[in-house]
Amino acid sequence: MNLFCIGLSHHTANVATREQFAGGATAESIVREAGCTEALLLSTCNRVEVYAVSQGRISTDEIARCLMRNIDTDPHDYAPPFYRYEAEKCVQHLFRVASALDSMVVGESEILGQAKKAYESARTSGAVGPYLHRLFQRAFRVAKQVRTHTDIARGAVSIGSVAVDLAQRIFGKLSCCKVLVLGAGETSERTARALISRGVSDLCVSNRSMDRAVELAQAVAGRFVPFDEWPAQCREIDILITSTASETLLLTPEKLAPMLRERLDRPLFIIDIAVPRDVDPTVNGMEGVYLYDIDSLQSVAEQSLALRRQQVAAAEVIIAEHVADFVDSISRGLHPASQTGELTSLGKNSLRVSEL
Amino acid sequence: MDRYLLVVSTVCFLAAVVHTAIELRAGVFRPMRFNFFAVALGFIFQTAFLSVRGHELGRCPLTNLFEVFIFLAWSVAAIYMLIGPAYRLSLMGAFTAPLVVLLQGFALLAQIDIRHPVKVPSNSWLEFHASISLVAYGAFALACIAGVMYLVQERQLKTHHLHSIFYHLPPLTDLFAAITRLLWWGFALYTLGIVSGFFTGHPLPRVQVGAALVVWLLYAAILQGRHLRWLAPKRVAALCIIGFSAALTLLWGITFTAQMHSLP
Repeated sequence: MNLFCIGLSHHTANVATREQFAGGATAESIVREAGCTEALLLSTCNRVEVYAVSQGRISTDEIARCLMRNIDTDPHDYAPPFYRYEAEKCVQHLFRVASALDSMVVGESEILGQAKKAYESARTSGAVGPYLHRLFQRAFRVAKQVRTHTDIARGAVSIGSVAVDLAQRIFGKLSCCKVLVLGAGETSERTARALISRGVSDLCVSNRSMDRAVELAQAVAGRFVPFDEWPAQCREIDILITSTASETLLLTPEKLAPMLRERLDRPLFIIDIAVPRDVDPTVNGMEGVYLYDIDSLQSVAEQSLALRRQQVAAAEVIIAEHVADFVDSISRGLHPASQTGELTSLGKNSLRVSEL
Repeated sequence: MDRYLLVVSTVCFLAAVVHTAIELRAGVFRPMRFNFFAVALGFIFQTAFLSVRGHELGRCPLTNLFEVFIFLAWSVAAIYMLIGPAYRLSLMGAFTAPLVVLLQGFALLAQIDIRHPVKVPSNSWLEFHASISLVAYGAFALACIAGVMYLVQERQLKTHHLHSIFYHLPPLTDLFAAITRLLWWGFALYTLGIVSGFFTGHPLPRVQVGAALVVWLLYAAILQGRHLRWLAPKRVAALCIIGFSAALTLLWGITFTAQMHSLP
């Protein structure tokens, strides 16, 4: 019995190549056309991978032919970007993929959901048998353990999510926070939407152009505030998102100081995503004010990514333990699942590790 | 024999400190169950020590500076066990353990476990006064620890340099709410402790009364400043650290004076 993975990802192929192989096949069609015993197709925007079990060896070209959308294209043209992992290496690769170690953004959470969806689809079509069932169940367990026992998924890595993450670090629950969006640009809209998705319900929008402000206020279920009245709102709000096209500073320590006196024990989180900046950077030195401009948000995102990369080694240790245990349990047929009769077809040495 | 219990307890707290230090150094800190269990185990041994000592003395074990320090460390651990998980301040264990190690380590090493030549008679008011005051000190200690956590979190937010620990610290507003509650609890218990001191039947030394009033006034000023919004949260957090350091120094003074007057 051979367990293998053939695929291509953002590491080996550009999007133009990847799209030639995405959406052209299903797990069921791979089983039928390539002659696999079991097959599972994991197709995301960053990777197209086939996990399969077969009695004899199936070539990479054959799988590539099954995946190809345009049957006139010669699969040899695409042979180089394909990678192939067998047995233990295949197990390790899947565990890394499910744990988001192989993702473009290390630690991202989407891949686990996509892998579960791919498994469910293949199971429903009958393309998944006992081998892949055990392999993927273990992969989901490993991914959860990696996320729980390391900081691989900690910290936000995009500007909008960094802003939301920081807001939560300051205020805890965002449902009680009042937000003022100053300037109705695309980035401030995205940030406002990210805050709304985490519970913010009290949101005001102010902009020089009234039409755009009203439009955005309606889009995010907020209130419109005339542009000359926004300073008065600073006494009430908890979060200020500013992204106007103003050539001069809108908020300086001199303007902010009297407002802060009225809100002493409530922090004020200012997200200045305007270029040139709307808020004087020295405002960050004021008591209870936390100012983040586009560069500092970017820097936090990079720190989060660096932190995630630091966790890769710890995650690899967890994965290595599971790979060894999984290969061992398959080889010896001692996995608890096999004792329940679920895997009666698996005998001793069913996975020939020596073949790797 | 009872000192061995204390040594084991200190080792448990030290294990939590070492574990945290290693994880922080590696940049992979996680408030795992280890810290909570290490602190809980240390607390059990502390309780066992105080129980054995109490049986031996036939009264609340607060007869010398050594016992005062251990009772204070026990109060700190007890309040952490009560409020830590409830307020989702699990990381507080990582900050609590070093303080307990310092208190117990000092008590064990400083040769201050001086037994009274004659058995001190039991006095329920006196025992209540001393124990409730030390529990109040425990609350002040936890407020101090929450203050440290607040300043660490605040500093990282201000400088935009976020370390692994940042993601495990509670939000600033939650920490400040915990500081305020701990200050109020500590203040209420301390007031009760001072008032009960007048019912002990012993003449109260002026130095002790004066020192106790200084601590009371210090925390009353912090709470008043907070209530009237004269003090920003960051200053309250800093004052909690200063206040507890001053209170601990005065506690030493009070206990030392009490020993001089042969009073617990």
